[in-house]
Amino acid sequence: MAVKTADVVSAEDDRVPTGTVIPEPFVDGDAQLTPRILRPKVVGSDRMFRGIIRASGIAVLVIMGAVGLFLTFRAWQALSVAGLTFLTTQGWNPDAGRGGFGIAAVLVGTILIGFTAILIAVPLATGTALYISEYSPRRIQRGLISLVDLMAAVPSVVYGLWGFFFLQGQITGLSRWIATWFGWIPIFSVDGADPSDPLSGTSPTLYTSSTFICGIVVALMVTPITCSVMREVFSQAPPGEREGAYALGATKWGMIRSVVLPFGKGGMIGGTMLGLGRALGETIAVFMIISFIPAIQSHILQSGGSSVSSLIALRYGDSTAFGTSALMAAGLALFIMTLIVNFIASSIVARSRSGAGTEA
Amino acid sequence: MSLETIDVTDPGAVIDVTDHESARRGEAAPESVGSQQTYVVSPVPTGARPQRRRSTSNFRRTDVLAIAGSVIAAIALAGLLDELLPWNGALGFVVVAYVSFLGIYAIVVSFDESGPAVRDRSIAVVVQSLAFLLLMALVFVIAYTLIRGWQALVHSNFFVQDMQDAGPLDPLDVGGIFHAVIGTLWMISIALLITVPLGLTCAVFLNEIPGRFTRFVRTIVEAMTALPSIIAGLFVYATFILMLGMPKSGLAAALAISVMMLPIIIRAADVVLRLVPSSLKEASYAMGAGQWRTVWHVTLPTARSGLATAVILGTARGIGETSPVLLTAGFTAALNANPLSGPMVSLPLETFELVKSPEPNLIARGFGCAAVLMLLVLILFVAARMIGGRGPGNLTKRQRQKRVRQSKRDVERFDARVAAETGRSLKRRVDNPEPVSGHTAYPPTGGTHVANEN
Repeated sequence: MAVKTADVVSAEDDRVPTGTVIPEPFVDGDAQLTPRILRPKVVGSDRMFRGIIRASGIAVLVIMGAVGLFLTFRAWQALSVAGLTFLTTQGWNPDAGRGGFGIAAVLVGTILIGFTAILIAVPLATGTALYISEYSPRRIQRGLISLVDLMAAVPSVVYGLWGFFFLQGQITGLSRWIATWFGWIPIFSVDGADPSDPLSGTSPTLYTSSTFICGIVVALMVTPITCSVMREVFSQAPPGEREGAYALGATKWGMIRSVVLPFGKGGMIGGTMLGLGRALGETIAVFMIISFIPAIQSHILQSGGSSVSSLIALRYGDSTAFGTSALMAAGLALFIMTLIVNFIASSIVARSRSGAGTEA
Repeated sequence: MSLETIDVTDPGAVIDVTDHESARRGEAAPESVGSQQTYVVSPVPTGARPQRRRSTSNFRRTDVLAIAGSVIAAIALAGLLDELLPWNGALGFVVVAYVSFLGIYAIVVSFDESGPAVRDRSIAVVVQSLAFLLLMALVFVIAYTLIRGWQALVHSNFFVQDMQDAGPLDPLDVGGIFHAVIGTLWMISIALLITVPLGLTCAVFLNEIPGRFTRFVRTIVEAMTALPSIIAGLFVYATFILMLGMPKSGLAAALAISVMMLPIIIRAADVVLRLVPSSLKEASYAMGAGQWRTVWHVTLPTARSGLATAVILGTARGIGETSPVLLTAGFTAALNANPLSGPMVSLPLETFELVKSPEPNLIARGFGCAAVLMLLVLILFVAARMIGGRGPGNLTKRQRQKRVRQSKRDVERFDARVAAETGRSLKRRVDNPEPVSGHTAYPPTGGTHVANEN
C-alpha cells in the first residue's frame, strides 16, 4: 500500500527534496488508508504443535482439577453428616456419625507445630540469608548457597530420623527448664511439672514426643526454603542505594537496616509464608516423632500432640468408606489452609518491590 | 611535627611525608601557591621513620583481640556461674557463655567506638553466629545419618539382598535394601515418564499461548504446588485403590508421586522458559521460522540447562517423599520387580518402617537406608548444579567453541552455495571480518553472560 508522501522521497524521483516534507493530511473515509487486518498464517505443523501443547495444558488442568474436585466431593459426604460439629469436635471416630469426629484437635495441633517451626525458622533463616548475602567472603558464598539449596532437597524422613533419635534425647533438658521457669505462661505449662517442687516433672518421658520437638525438626526442614527466598531478595537490593547509605556514613548494619531489609521485606514475608505452608503440610517427620492424641493439646512442651497429616497417615488403613471420606474432609481442610497461606505468600512476593525473580 | 612551620615556597623545606596530613598538604602546596617553580619532595626524608603502607582492610588487630578477650571472659564467667548455679548440662553452659560473650563484647567495643559502631559489631556477631548455628545443624543432620548408617553400609550384602531372609534379630551381614532401591527406581522412572513430557509441554503451553485460559491453568498449577504430599497419596488411595479396586502397587505409588511432582516441575519450568530472552524468539520469527520451529530450535535449547535443573530438583523431591508411598505402595520385605502387581517398597518408606522397630540392628539398617537415599539425592543435586547453574543462553566454554565452529561451517556452506549459484567465488568474504561478524556475534554474547555470572 503506497502512501502518497512516500513518492516524494522515492528513488525513482530524481528531484530529491531539500526542505521538510509535509505529509498530506489523513483523509477520513479513504478506503486506501484503513488499517490492514493482520492475521498470522498458521501452517499445519504449527497448528499441530499448538494443539498438542494445548492438550497437555488441558490434561494438567484436568488432573489437578480432579484432585481438588474429588477431594471436595468425597469430603462433602462426611461434611454433610458432621455439619459444623466437624470444626468443633476433638475426637476422631467417624463411625459414630454426627459429632463423633472433627478436626478441632488436629487443626490446633497442626497450627501449633507450624507456628513453633516458623518462630524458630525465621530468625535462623534471616540471619543466614543476611550472612550469605552481606557478610560471607566471596569465595565461600556460592558454596553456602549450594549447601542451603541442597538442604532444601534432603528428604523429610532424614530430618525425622535425626529428630527422633538424636534431638529427642538432648532437648528434654531445655523443655524442662522452660516448663519450670515459664510454666506460668499457659502454653509452656506441663501437667505434672511443678516449679516449686524440684523432684516433680523430672521424668523425661513427660517431655518427649511433644509439639515443641516436632516444631524444631520441621523448623530445620523449612529454614532452607525460607532462607533461599530471603537471600535471593537481599542480594537484589540495588547497589546504588547501598553505596548511597555508605556514602552517608552508615555502618554495615545501618546500611542493612535502611536499604536491604526494607527492600527485602516482601521477600521475607513471602519466604516465611512459603515455609509455613510447607510446615503445615509436613507428614512423615511429625508422624515419626509425635505420639498422637486426639484432643487439643495446647501445652507444646508436653508429650503428645496431633496434626492433620499424621491423623491421615495413622488412620487411612483402618477406615471404612465413610471413614475415608472423613479423612478426605480433614485433608481438604489442611489443603485449604496451605492454599490460603501460599496464595498470600505469592501475592505479597509479587506485589512487593523486591518481587522480581523470587519464585521459589 | 607542626604543620604551621612548613613554608612550602621555600625550596629547602623538608616535608615529612610519613605524616598523612602534611604529605597531602605538601603535594597540594605548589599548585595552591601558583608558582612556576617545582619542588622535589623527598619521599623518605633522612632521619624520619620509614614509610609504612597503610592497611586498607577493615580487619584490625584490636578487633581480633576484642573478640578473643570476650570469648575468654565469657567462658570464664559461664564457668563461674556454673559453679554457683548448676545448669543443666552442656546446652545451658553454651547458652550462658554465648549471652555473656555478647554482653562483654559490646562493652569492650564501646570502650573505643561510638553507639552505632557498637550496634554494628554486635549485630555482625549475632548474624554470623546464627548462620553458623544453622549450617552446623544442617551438616550435622546429614553427618548423623551417615555415621549411624555406617554400620550397615560397610556390609556389601546391604546393597544386593532383600529383607526376606533377614529376621529382626539377624546380624547386619544378612539382608539388605536391594528391594527398596529397585522399588525407588521403578517408582521414580514411571513418575518421570508421566511428569516430564506432560510437565514440560504444559510449561511450553503456559508460555506460548497466552490468554485467559492459560492464566487459569497457571493459577490452578500454582495452587496445586501447595498440595501436601499426603493428600496426593490419599487421592490416589481413594481413587485408584478404593474406587477402581486395584491392589496397592508400585504403579499406584508412582501415580501419587506424579500428582505431587507435576505442579513442582511445571512451575519451575515455567519460570525458566519465561527467562528466555524474547529478542531471540523474535529473531527466529523474523527469519521466517514458525512457532513450532522457534520453540524446538530456539526456546527449548536456550532454556535446556534450566529445564534439566527443574526436572532434577523435582525428581529429588519425588524420590524423598514418604507419605504418598506409605498410603499407596503397601509394604514387603521381598524383592518385587513388577510395578504393576504386588506391594513394592521405596527407600524412604523402608527407612520409616525399619526404624519403627526397637531392634538396634533394624535401626542401623534404617539409617543405612536413609544414607543411601541421601546419597541418591546428593548425586541428583550435584548433577543439577553441573547441568544448570547457568541462566538461559549461557554456554560453557566447550559449547561456545562448538558454536563458533558451527557458525564457521555455516558461513562456508552459504558461500559455497552462493558460489555455485552465481559462479563467482566469494572466498574473500570469509577473510573479510565484516560480513562474518554477523555469524560470530553469538559467542561473544555468551561471553558477556558468563562474565555476569558472579
